[in-house]
Order: sequence, then C-alpha cells, then structure tokens
Amino acid sequence: MTINGWIQILIYFALLTALTRPVGGYLYRVFNGERILLSRPLGWLERGFYRCAGVDSQTEQSWISYTLAMLAFNLVCFVALFLLLLAQGHLPFNPQGFGALTPDLAFNTAISFVTNTNWQSYGGETTMSYGTQMLGLTVHNFVSAATGIGLALALVRGFARRSASTIGNFWVDLTRATLYVLLPISIVAALFLIWQGMPQNLSAYTNALTLEGVKQTIAQGPVASQVAIKMLGTNGGGFFNANAAHPFENPTALSNFLQILLIFLIPAGLTNTFGRMVKSELQGWALYSAMSVLFLVGVATCYWAESQGNPQLTTMGISQPIGNMEGKETRFGVANSTLFATITTDASCGAVNAMHDSFTPLGGLVPMVNMMLGEVIFGGVGAGLYGILLYALIAVFIAGLMVGRTPEYLGKKIEAREIKLTMLAILCLPLSILGFTAVSSVLSQGLAGLANTGPHGFSEMLYAYTSATANNGSAFAGLTANTPFYNVTLGIAMLIGRFAFIVPMMATAGALAAKKYTPPSAGTFPTTGGLFIALLVGVIVIVGGLTFFPAIALGPIVEHLAILTGKAY
Amino acid sequence: MFSHIRPAIVLFVLLTLLTGVAYPLAMTGAAQALFPAQANGSLITKNGHIIGSSLIGQNFVGDGYFHGRLSATSGADPTDASKTISSPYNAANSVGSNLGPTSKALLDRVAADTAKLKAENPNALVPAELVTASGSGLDPHISPESALFQVPRIARARGLNEQQLQALIGVHTDGRWLGLLGEPVVNVLALNLALDAVGKP
Amino acid sequence: MTTQKNAPALFDRALIVPAIRDAFIKLDPRTLARNPVIFITALVSLLATVLFVHDIFGSGQNLLFSAQVIIWLWFTVLFANFAEAIAEGRGKAQAASLRKTQTQTIAKVLVSPGSDSTRNVPASQLKVGDVVLVRTGDLIPGDGEIIEGVATVDESAITGESAPVIRESGGDRSAVTGGTRVLSDVIKVRITAAAGSSFLDRMISLVEGASRKKTPNEIALNILLAGMSLIFVFATASIPSFATYAGGSISVIVLVALFVTLIPTTIGALLSAIGIAGMNRLVRFNVLAMSGRAVEAAGDVDVLLLDKTGTITLGNRQAAEFAVMPGVTEAELADAAQLSSLSDETPEGRSVVVLAKEKYGLRGRDLASLNARFIPFTAQTRMSGVDIDGRVIRKGAIDSITEYVQRIGGQHAVPKELKEIADRIARAGGTPLAVAEGDRVLGVIYLKDIVKGGIRERFAELRRMGIKTVMITGDNPLTAAAIAAEAGVDDFLAQAKPEDKLALIRKEQAEGKLVAMCGDGTNDAPALAQADVGVAMQTGTQAAREAGNMVDLDSDPTKLIEVVGIGKQLLMTRGALTTFSIANDVAKYFAIIPAMFAAIYPQLNSLNLMHLATPQSAILSAIIFNALIIIALIPLALRGVKYRPVGAGPLLARNLLVYGVGGLVAPFIGIKLIDLAISAIGLV
Repeated sequence: MTINGWIQILIYFALLTALTRPVGGYLYRVFNGERILLSRPLGWLERGFYRCAGVDSQTEQSWISYTLAMLAFNLVCFVALFLLLLAQGHLPFNPQGFGALTPDLAFNTAISFVTNTNWQSYGGETTMSYGTQMLGLTVHNFVSAATGIGLALALVRGFARRSASTIGNFWVDLTRATLYVLLPISIVAALFLIWQGMPQNLSAYTNALTLEGVKQTIAQGPVASQVAIKMLGTNGGGFFNANAAHPFENPTALSNFLQILLIFLIPAGLTNTFGRMVKSELQGWALYSAMSVLFLVGVATCYWAESQGNPQLTTMGISQPIGNMEGKETRFGVANSTLFATITTDASCGAVNAMHDSFTPLGGLVPMVNMMLGEVIFGGVGAGLYGILLYALIAVFIAGLMVGRTPEYLGKKIEAREIKLTMLAILCLPLSILGFTAVSSVLSQGLAGLANTGPHGFSEMLYAYTSATANNGSAFAGLTANTPFYNVTLGIAMLIGRFAFIVPMMATAGALAAKKYTPPSAGTFPTTGGLFIALLVGVIVIVGGLTFFPAIALGPIVEHLAILTGKAY
Repeated sequence: MFSHIRPAIVLFVLLTLLTGVAYPLAMTGAAQALFPAQANGSLITKNGHIIGSSLIGQNFVGDGYFHGRLSATSGADPTDASKTISSPYNAANSVGSNLGPTSKALLDRVAADTAKLKAENPNALVPAELVTASGSGLDPHISPESALFQVPRIARARGLNEQQLQALIGVHTDGRWLGLLGEPVVNVLALNLALDAVGKP
Repeated sequence: MTTQKNAPALFDRALIVPAIRDAFIKLDPRTLARNPVIFITALVSLLATVLFVHDIFGSGQNLLFSAQVIIWLWFTVLFANFAEAIAEGRGKAQAASLRKTQTQTIAKVLVSPGSDSTRNVPASQLKVGDVVLVRTGDLIPGDGEIIEGVATVDESAITGESAPVIRESGGDRSAVTGGTRVLSDVIKVRITAAAGSSFLDRMISLVEGASRKKTPNEIALNILLAGMSLIFVFATASIPSFATYAGGSISVIVLVALFVTLIPTTIGALLSAIGIAGMNRLVRFNVLAMSGRAVEAAGDVDVLLLDKTGTITLGNRQAAEFAVMPGVTEAELADAAQLSSLSDETPEGRSVVVLAKEKYGLRGRDLASLNARFIPFTAQTRMSGVDIDGRVIRKGAIDSITEYVQRIGGQHAVPKELKEIADRIARAGGTPLAVAEGDRVLGVIYLKDIVKGGIRERFAELRRMGIKTVMITGDNPLTAAAIAAEAGVDDFLAQAKPEDKLALIRKEQAEGKLVAMCGDGTNDAPALAQADVGVAMQTGTQAAREAGNMVDLDSDPTKLIEVVGIGKQLLMTRGALTTFSIANDVAKYFAIIPAMFAAIYPQLNSLNLMHLATPQSAILSAIIFNALIIIALIPLALRGVKYRPVGAGPLLARNLLVYGVGGLVAPFIGIKLIDLAISAIGLV
C-alpha cells in the first residue's frame, strides 16, 4: 500500500461525503414535487408523459397498487427486451451484422437488465449491435435504476408517514427519477467521459494496420452515453466485454474517478433524502456512516491483500512493488483497481476495471462478501437504501429489546408482521446463493463452466450466484456462463434476488405507513449515534458472516491458506 | 394489475424514445461536434493509414520495440471459424486471463515468461507488469519500470545507447493526474512511435 | 412499601425433581411444536437417532462418537424443556399456596334477594348473579360485590397482608375476592364471576403458566428465531454439495451437530421460561397481570398518571412552619399552637406538636395536669382550641379565625399581614391555619403537603428511563404547581375530574404514547380501561378491577414504577439472551468448520483458533457447550437481566458489551475447557 494510494481513496471518500447532502437535497425536492431548476425545461415533458399514459400524478397508490404497477412495468420491460434481443439481426444500427441471441442468453440478458443486475453472459463487442445497446440496454439502465429509486422512496414514505394508506405513485417516481435525476446527470457525465477519450459514434469497427504491420480491428460504438448511465444507475453492464477495464470504456485515471463517483452518487445522496423525509438528517447520516465503515474496511482489506502481490510470484523473483497485477490495468494500478472493485460490489453496480477472478484470495473475498451482505453498503440506487433499512429493522429489534421496550425505529413499532416480512426478504439471499451454488457444484453442467479448478473454481460458482442474487453483475469472469444451465439458473437467481426481496419489502412499507407514530423519549434507543452505527454494522456483518461462513471457508479462505503453502491447482 | 398495463406500456415506449433514441443520438451528435477525435476512438494515422488508437495497446513482439502487457484475448481461428485461438490485443474481443492466483496455468505461464525476460536482462528483477496479463487484454500502458527493464534488449536490437532510451522513456512517462490520481504510465505505442522516429531498427 | 413475597430458591430440590419429570413429558411433539427452534432441534435429533440405529446394524463407523453427539442433542432438547418446566414449577409453587384457600367451600345462596333463607350450594356451582350470605368466619365463596353490609375481611390469602381490611356495600370498597375470609359481621355478596373464572382461578392459571399465551413481542421474536434457523438450514444443507466438489464427504451426524449449535437454541430454550418468570416476578410484587401482553406494554409505557394523594404526597398534611404576626415571637406562637393541638389526634394536629418539639424544644405536656379544657372542631365554628389558665387559644382556617377575632376585638384587630402570609402559603402549595389567643392573632401554621421521601429521585429515575410523570390532583392549579415542582413530576392536571383523566389519556395516546395509570374508584374504570396499562387497586371496586389489566394486591399506587421496571426487564432479558445466542455462533463455527473439513482441507486447521484436540473432540465440545449453556443461563432467565434506570444509550451499550461481546468470547473459553476435559477423560 502506498501513501498515494490512500490519498486517492480518501479524496474519493471526502468528495462523496461532500456531495451527499446537495444530492440528497436535490432528490428530496424532485420527489417532493417541488420546483427545481429543470422544472421549466422539462416540466412539460413530465406532464405530457402522464397525459399520454393516463396517469393522475396527484393520486397516490397503496403498497399493493404501487407494487403491481412496478411489476407490470418490469414485465413490459422484460418482454420488450427479450424480443429485441431475439430480433437483433433484423434491426438497424448493426454495422457488424450481429445475429439474434440464443433464447437462453436472451432470457438471461433480459432478466439481467430488468433487475438492474447487468450480469453479462455475453461479450458486448462480439454480441450486441449498437441498436441493441442503445434501444435495449441503455433504456433498461435508466428505467431499472428509476424503479429502484422509486421503491426506496416508497419504503421511506412508509417510515415517514403516520397512519397512512398510500406510499406514493410509481409512475410519478419512475418518470421524475428518469427525467430530473438520471438523464441530466448522465448527459453531463457522458460529455466528460467523451472528453477523456471515450468513443461516441455509430461507425463500423475500425481496421488498423499496426506499427508491426498486423491487422487490428478496433471495436467502436456509442459508448459514452451508455457508460454514464451504467455507472450512475449502478447497472454495471459493460459496453465491451472487459467492461471498465477496457481503455475505451475507462480511458484515464480521471474517467475512472468520475465513474466510481457516479456509482455511489445516488445511493449516498438517498441516505440524506431519507433523513430529510423522516425529518432528521442525522438519521440519514447514521446510515451513511454505517455504510462508510463497511466500505472503508472493505477497501482497506482489498487494497492490503492485493498490495501483497501473489506470494508464489514473489518466490519466482518477480518484483511486485505495487502488488498483484494479473488482470489489472497499468493506468489504474492496485489502489484504483481495489477501490473500484470494492465500490462496484458495495453498490450493486458490477462494472469492473480489473478482473476479480485474478485477485488474490483475500482480495477477491472482499467483493464477494460485499455482495453477500446484501448490497447494503451504499448498494444499488434505491436498493441499497431499502436493503439497509430492513437490516436496521432487525438491528433495532434486537437492540430495542435490550433497552427494555418494544423495539421502534423512526417512531414505528417493530412487530411480528414487520419481522416476518423482513426475514422473508432477507432469507431469499442465502436460499438462492447457497442453493444454486450447491446444485452447480455437483452437476456436470455447473462444473463444465469453470476456468479454474480447486477452491478457486468453487469461488467462481459461488461468486456467480452471489452476484446474480445480489443483482450485482460482476463476475469471477473465468466462468463460462453462456450455457443454458448457467443462463437459466443465474436468471432465476436474479429474479429471486430482485423481486422476492422487493415484494415483502413493499409489504413492510405498507405496514409501516399504516402505523401510528410513537415519539421518541429518553427511553427510546437513539438511532443516530455511534452505538446504533456500530450495532447496525455488527448485525449486517454477523448475519451475513454466519450465513456464508462455510461457503467462504471452502472458497477464498482455503485458497488463501493454500497459496501460503505454495499449493497450486 | 390490468389498470397498470396501459401506463406500463405507454411510459415504457416514451422512456425508450427519450433514453434509448433521443439521448444516445444527441450525445453522438454533440460528441462529434465537440470532441471528434476522442469520439471516434482517438485514432492515430501515419502516412494516411490508421495504425491504431492511442488508447488501445498493440501486440509488439519484435526485439526492437517496447513490449506491452500480456494479452489474453483470442480470436476466431482463420482455419476453422468454430474454434478460437490466442490472438493477443484483439481489440474486437477484450478479455482478461481470469486465471486465479493458485492456478497452475498462471504459474506455468509466469515461470516461462520470467525465464525469457531474465535471459534478456539478468541484472534486474522482472517487473510484474511484464509477466501478468492486463484486465482488458488491450492495456496501452506499461509502468516506467517495465519500460526501463526492456532497455538493454532494445539497445542491443537497435544499436542505441541505454541513456538515450532511458531519456526517451522519461519523456514519454505520464505522471498521475494532478500528481494524485492513477499511476505513472508509459504509452507503449507512443513510445515505439518515438523510437521509430529516433532510428529504424 | 411493598410486601414482596419471597421467591423460591432458584434451584429448590422440590422444584427440580418434578421439573426433570416434566422435561420428559414435554417431549410430546404437540408441546414441542409451540417452540419452533426446539422443535427443529428435536426433529434433527430424531433423524440422527434413526440414522444411528441404522448404522448400528450396518457398517457404521465412529459409533461411540455418534452416540455421544446424539445424547447431547437430546440433552439440548431436554434442557430446554427443563428450563420451561422449572419456570412453571416456580409458578406452581406460588399457585399451590393460593389453591389451599380454594378448597371446596359451601356457599349459602339466598333463595330470593329479599329473604334471609338460604340453601347450601358448593362454591364450584355458583352462577353469576347469585347472591350469597357470608357470616363471620366464613370463606367468601367467589368473586363478587357486597350489596349489603360491612365486614372486616382477611385477604392475606391473596395479598399476603395480615391486617384485615374493611369491605362495605356501595362506594369504592365493595369488591370481595373468593377465598378470602370474613372476620366480623355479615354481608350479602352478589357473585360476579362464575366458578373457575374467578380472580383466584385466573391468578392460579396465570402463575402456573397454563393459560399463558405468547405475547406480541414474543411472537415477533419467535419469527426472527425461526428465520435465523432457516438461514442455518440453508447454510448447513448446502455443505454436502460443497464437500463433494472438494472431493470429500461430510457425515450427517456432523452436519446435524453444526446445525443444532448454530440455530439459536439458547434463546429458543429459554424464551418461554423468561415469559413465565416475568409474570411470576410481578406476582411476587403482589401485582397480577391479566395477560402477558400487559406486562410487555408496561415496559413500553411513556406516560405515568399518578394521583397526588397517597402516591406523591403522604395522605395527610403536616405542619412545616410557624409564621408570626408582627410583635409576636415564634416561641410564643409555637407554644400556643402546641397547646391548642395537644388533644388533636388528627395527623395534622399531631404534626403541629411534633414541629413545636423539634423546632422549639417544647415538650409534650401532661394533659391531665394542665387543667385545660379542649374545644373540639365543629362544623359550625370551624375552629378548635383550648382554654387553659385563662388563656383562650383558637386555631382554624384563616377566614374563621379572622371572623372570630374581629368579633371579639373589632374590625382592626386583624393585622393585614395575616392575609399576606396566608396567600404566600397557598401559593407554595400549603394550607394556612391561623392561631389566635383572645383577640390577638399570633400567627399562622403552615400545613404542608408532604411529598413522600425519595419520590423525587424515583421521578428523576423515570425521566432517565424516558417516562413522563403526570400528577393528577383535585387541588387548584396554584397549589398543584407548587407540589408538582417539589415532587419533580413533569406535568400535572389540577382540579381534575375523572373525565379529565380519560381525556388526558386519549390525548397522550393520540400522540402515540403508551399511558399507565392506577385507580380504584368506579369512576376510574373508563380511564383504567382506556390506559394501556391500568393497575387497579385490590381495595377498589369490582368495576375498577375489571377495567384494569393489572391488579395491585397491596393497593400501593407507587407500585406502578416497579411494574414498568418488570416489563422492561422482561424485554431486556429476551434481547440480551438473543444477542448472546447469536454471538455464540462465531465461536462454534471456528470449532466445527475446521473439524468438519479436516480430511478434505487440512490447511483449514489454521481456523482452529482454540487449538481443540481432535476434530471429533471439537465437534463434541461445541455441542456439549451448546447444551450446557442452556442450564447455565436458566438462573439469568428466571431472575431477569438487571434493569438500571438510565437512558437507553448507556443501557444498550452495557448490555451489548455484556451479552454481545460476552457472547462472542464466552464460548471460545467454554468450548476450550470442555475440549480439555473430554480429551483428558478420553471420551473420543
């Protein structure tokens, strides 16, 4: 680890912290329907959308209606994308003449983008036409992120409201999130990225004759417009196969810095929006702090582990002054690669600027654990907030008992119904991750995809199902996932991770909204101080850790112990 | 549920037009107007021919050129399209090696490359960048140490003196952005172009 | 203040033997099914047993090891049953003393309300509405209301208080309880509770735990624990596949051992014991809760409504100061005041004598030797006093004395200072009492409402607990404010009528607060019913007792504070043991995981932080620890975690440290010790 590496990490964190409040305030005003700078240029568009869709923006929905609206919209999204992928060969903007996807790949990819996972069983520049990237993938990057933001707001309204029956209007949240939040920021970010060297064209791939006289075909495309929203919406699906490691998808250290900033921008801001909505920004900062603790511990661990380099390379007399460079880009080095890896897996982004598969065992453990904790360390846009709020309910339930009161969070009593729904949501994580990993580790179809053997091969499967269930999308990319077995099982894992979590979460939102408000007293456990932050972190780590310890022990931990003894597989 | 179908379809279509058509096309137009060089892939032309992109590495193999990182990219086998073969720096199919740290394949590969590099320059430790594959397989850069490591070989091949080459590397070393972000790097293609300008091998 | 009944010793022999028997009886699946965690434990133990039997006849290996694991699995279940049984046993012991009084009584039922002729009916066949005649020495056959007569009643059977109490028809003391004995006089009682549902019956079934329903919070916690158990189902069920991938296999017995140690058996085993013990703790404080829900609600109380008289202040006012008129010495006033009060046997009168003695050293004088004539208080004069050696001393309300002095001495005989002082005293929350000798006003006795000793500290305690106290009084706002300030209550309701009380409760509840109050009169019943925790006084009316959800047998209103503490203690104990149980899992993983995969990945032995001797001893130690910790924590579950009246933050910090961090560390030590022991003995 170098001083410079740490300075970069701390600059990042300081800037993120500085942006949290302004972004949170902006989001608060947007979703509160207040007038903002963009109301004038875009207000007519918003109203036009509602008119065309027959939506009354003043009418709010119950949790059931909100959830059904969300499901209906996602169903339309899935069908549209699935058909688009199957029809690719007949559609425009396809200079390379890519044909249709296989049905299982189309199924997997459609689910992947609708669930904001953006797992890629395919390589972008060898599979997808520009038309598909724009009309299909870019669109879903926007709307799946907007969906997540809406869901988080709905849950927060559940906390903020008293004896209420409605929790907002899905169509309004969806439209506002896209129009006033995602689109404007994406436009600015895309221009910045183009300036840094990111292509934005519709030309066919370029044929070059290299200095040594070899033909080199260079992939092109409308990259920047997709990358901006891919990071901002914590989607992470790369335009190119190598994702943000590709020099076109992440040309400079500065573009890299902007991209990781975009990943956390909205999740961090939402903590503040949450605070404002429950009328105590400190509540938001408490969540922000808990997330930050987990984030910084993750970065430090990952950075430390990768800085050690591969001990087996050291014994060969190789100088690894900055650490393990297999799978990493020179311009990012170890500090920026591990920072990116931690951020992209904390948030359910999944973009990568280095190959996690080639990380040291403990370095690769960090991204895996980040996802296993349920993507609550800032997390996906919206998803991170609603995820950590459910953990907060569990934490407060246990802690609240220890202060001798029926537990309450933000003035809402936590009773059997909330605990039941929360447990239901949280349970889908281990069920899907451990269940599918167990199945694939004994089936020949599962084992066929492995690029590595031994414990690392196990880690590849575990990582894949963790990533899919957590709706992350990053991979231990050696796994050959474009097979019917993996496409289908990973597709199901993504569905479970998204919707089996969302539905009980929304039911919780409805139950909370209907509750009376209990004002806090000196006997109420304060959910803003260091104690709460420590408790929340503790519950997240303990619940996640206890669930996945055996699996982790058999993957990264065994591999770590093996590498120390010079074992290879 | 049915009452939600109409808004679902209508809003999906409208949002697709906005974010899937208007937005990327507008960005393309703006990019072509404002930053045409970058927007088209930062291409480098020499004598009217495109010789590559300043952002995309090339597979240098000659002793007289600085070599880049290892690349794990592959391409279609020209003899049998259903098979793939190793095709380093294939800029139409970016990929990393994805070998795990305890992979025998990785260790064997590193051992072989190390042996080769040690023969070239027995006096220095082999820098990690030269025996590890980049994440994209298209990394245009190497670290200054990796460039310096190759100086004896290139000096021999081109008959240049080492100080001259070291100075050239110094000129083509890009520091961190504002001295803070990223790592110091040398663009291999740019360095080799400069090398060619100094004198043909 | 409270007559706390002695708790039976934690592990009384007389309790243990039946509890052990009950532990086996509770193996009945229908009983086990009520507790999800323990039910799962029993199921997997059964599975392991069946497989073991199968292995005996097959070519099973490691039979000795398997047998030991299975034995400890069953011990885990039995210990859980034992914990519940012993808690119930302690309740039964309390109930037994109650039941003694419930021996078959013969009731004398009036043939018709008007007549005095009775027929004998066994108490168990009484119907609601029957009117019974109870004579001196009879046991009252059932709960009811006195419709005629007055009697002294010995209620020691239920209250433990030996002093008899007066019960009379009409008014607020008309309720009688079945099983209590009439010591004098004859009363007619209308039965209000059918046999089997009387107060005593309910009390017995409550303390025995027979009619115990799961409380809302207990249900929520049970769901959490079941959810955690499910997570561990996934965690352990996936292991065999993982092992297959790694090229090995894991025996079922080891998986079962891992599973049972991971699921929260500790809290699962102790959960119902905690609930029963909480109820019993209330009973020991002579408070009967009508449901566990009420006990939980007590822990959540935000606002306490307390009657001033008897709760905050002593029932009677006391002399606190002698304020003199111009030209009168204090000693002079004290002397007159004392003389006038010598024969006054009211507490106020006595307090004047006491003050004179304490402050001015005036000793009590022998009444007979003084040759004095005492003038008693009458409604007409509204004065009392004494004529002694020609001195005529009178004391009374300010206006009575003013009128008296003016009558003797004329319009100007009363100094203007009298009114000033009287006003000052009223503002300070006191009652002024003027003293005159002849036509000369000597001064004023300041009769003060005496706030109970230590009550201020109690309220400060409550404030730290986050509970707001509101004093209810019929006094005028001026006086109420003064007393409220002195007692340190947060708020007061002056000139309160019963309906004001109800309105206040509704207002607080509308703000989302939980309100507790106590009351005894029939007119308190609506408020008692409205309050979240309504503690009715045992001396109160039947209506009040029915309306409240707790009954205080001591009729001590300050008990409300203890009730809140007990409610909090109950919740805290649950939370603490849950935390402890979950924290324990970390050490168990470190014991079992390396042992489990020893054959497949020997390098995992680096995780064997405790350096346990062998894989088998590691697994056995973990499962033994898991079983024994239940027994070890039974005393804590029964006693409850100590509640300290501090803010939520410090309280949580302390409990997290003790039960969270302690829960992390304890099993590391415990498992290591057990491992040392079983290695030494050579069990595996």
